[in-house]
Amino acid sequence: MKKKDISLTEKEVKLKSEAADRKGKALLFLSGALFALLAAVLSICLGASGMSLGKLWSALISGPGPSAAQRIFWFVRLPRTGACLLAGAGLAVSGTIIQKVLSNSLASPGIIGVNAGAGFAVALCCGLGIFTSWAIAGAAFAGAVLSTFLVVSVARKSHASKTTVVLGGVAVTACLNAMTETVITFVPDAALSSRDFRVGGFSAVNQARLLPAAIIIIAGVILACTLTNELDVLSLGDDTAKSLGMRVSLVRNGMLTLAALLAGACVSFAGILGFVGLIVPHIARRIGGSESGRLLPFAALLGAGFVSVCDLLSRMIFAPYELPTGILMSFLGGPFFIWLLRNRKGGSV
Amino acid sequence: MISIRNLCTSYDGEAVLHGVDADFPEGKISVLIGPNGCGKSTTVKSVMRLVPEYTGMISVGGVPLEDISQKDLAKKIAYVSQSRNVPDITVYNMVMHGRYPYLSYPRHYRKEDRDIVEAAIRMAGLEDFANRKLENLSGGQRQKAYMAMALAQDTEVIIMDEPTTFLDVKNQFEMMDHAKKLSDMGKTIIMILHDMEAVLHYADHVILMKDGRDVLSGGAEEVLRSKEVEEVFGIHTGFYETEDGLHIYLRS
Repeated sequence: MKKKDISLTEKEVKLKSEAADRKGKALLFLSGALFALLAAVLSICLGASGMSLGKLWSALISGPGPSAAQRIFWFVRLPRTGACLLAGAGLAVSGTIIQKVLSNSLASPGIIGVNAGAGFAVALCCGLGIFTSWAIAGAAFAGAVLSTFLVVSVARKSHASKTTVVLGGVAVTACLNAMTETVITFVPDAALSSRDFRVGGFSAVNQARLLPAAIIIIAGVILACTLTNELDVLSLGDDTAKSLGMRVSLVRNGMLTLAALLAGACVSFAGILGFVGLIVPHIARRIGGSESGRLLPFAALLGAGFVSVCDLLSRMIFAPYELPTGILMSFLGGPFFIWLLRNRKGGSV
Repeated sequence: MISIRNLCTSYDGEAVLHGVDADFPEGKISVLIGPNGCGKSTTVKSVMRLVPEYTGMISVGGVPLEDISQKDLAKKIAYVSQSRNVPDITVYNMVMHGRYPYLSYPRHYRKEDRDIVEAAIRMAGLEDFANRKLENLSGGQRQKAYMAMALAQDTEVIIMDEPTTFLDVKNQFEMMDHAKKLSDMGKTIIMILHDMEAVLHYADHVILMKDGRDVLSGGAEEVLRSKEVEEVFGIHTGFYETEDGLHIYLRS
């Protein structure tokens, strides 16, 4: 009879753990990168005016020029695809951070007041008769970040517990939504002017408007990927995290601020794309597991690809008309999310 | 040695501890016993600075707790809490978090950290489970994983809040034998236990608590034979000898 040796030697414990970790991470990152790249290429090549891969390549290496293909590539498709990739990555990372920090699968940037804050600021901006794209972008960013600061400062009074952050977010969101409705009631034009922003989409994106947000998003995603240990230690529970030497309130508030900066930067040019920050972290976690070292980069890539695909479909389905990306995202994301919930073991998220 | 003098704490304005005095000698197993809600967990949480505020004096190795940063405290004392989350991570990666106090931003693990983690996994007897997810382990194995994380912290003191709760009999013995082994290695172990037989068998020093106060402290047999134990728990105790040594039995 052959006895199966199931014990691991000391050396094997080490090698198996490290090798499995490295291989899994690399595979996940590569598959995410491939998805995002494919989505980006399709987003650039397909549209009202088709562009072959050859034309794409020549437009890329020849730089901005007078030909139609060069102009479409550099001034229309590239900024728009870049915006989709950045918004997807930023919102997915922001949502992942918030879900981790609050240990709440239903949390998203909206729960810390990002959407309500940005929505109010933009409605106020339009209500005051300021319609320039720069002003609206700035107002959206400031509104998103300031409302999060408000939520965090409310939560700080009770040592920034997870529950207080969520409840504080609900209360601040309710107040800000009421204020938005008040502005719209007194200045009905504000509703019409801020409609595109509230629905979310990329039709008005240009390079100049994208650049400041791009800097914040890229820096924020890189910073978040260096703080994965903090996120994982935090998910062990407050007492354990503190006993490991973590200043829990400081780290939690810092991570929420980072999430707000990321989401605020995305909202500034893409409007309110509420669903990305909720659904992409779920899908990423389901595929790649919960460990932040794998989860954050994968969620960023998955979010980038997901938003690019949704934007592409929103341009293609009713061409030559364009459906706002936010609407299509909810149409696709809602049923997919329900499917995800139904197929989850035990029905839990 | 950890020393507590006149410790008072409150939660939401309600006093929980009313002047607790306690000493936890170096290299020994000290056990806090007492009825539910008497302040045992609050006492050890105060040492870890996990209660919102306290008055009195807590010193670790002669240094007042106020003068020790949270990170330095984590290098001196590891804490295995009563309520344990079950994060969706592997045992190996969770035990790695025990090295958190020793890492500075951006927290790259060194070879030394990995060696300590692997030693902790072996010491906790989790070699076969190193790559398993925590959620796929039994209660006893999860307990060992948390224990391994505390070992990876490489501290002189380990506090365990009810480490045998929810464990089957075999795992309870294993956990207590493990604590004994750590104590023999020179570590100071502070535990909260409800199993009087385990207290008698394993504890070097026992502190009896009631209603937020320390009632009695001393050697295990001395405290357990005292009338205070019967008064505090409202039970009768009895003792008998076998070839294994002294045993305790309880009657209502």
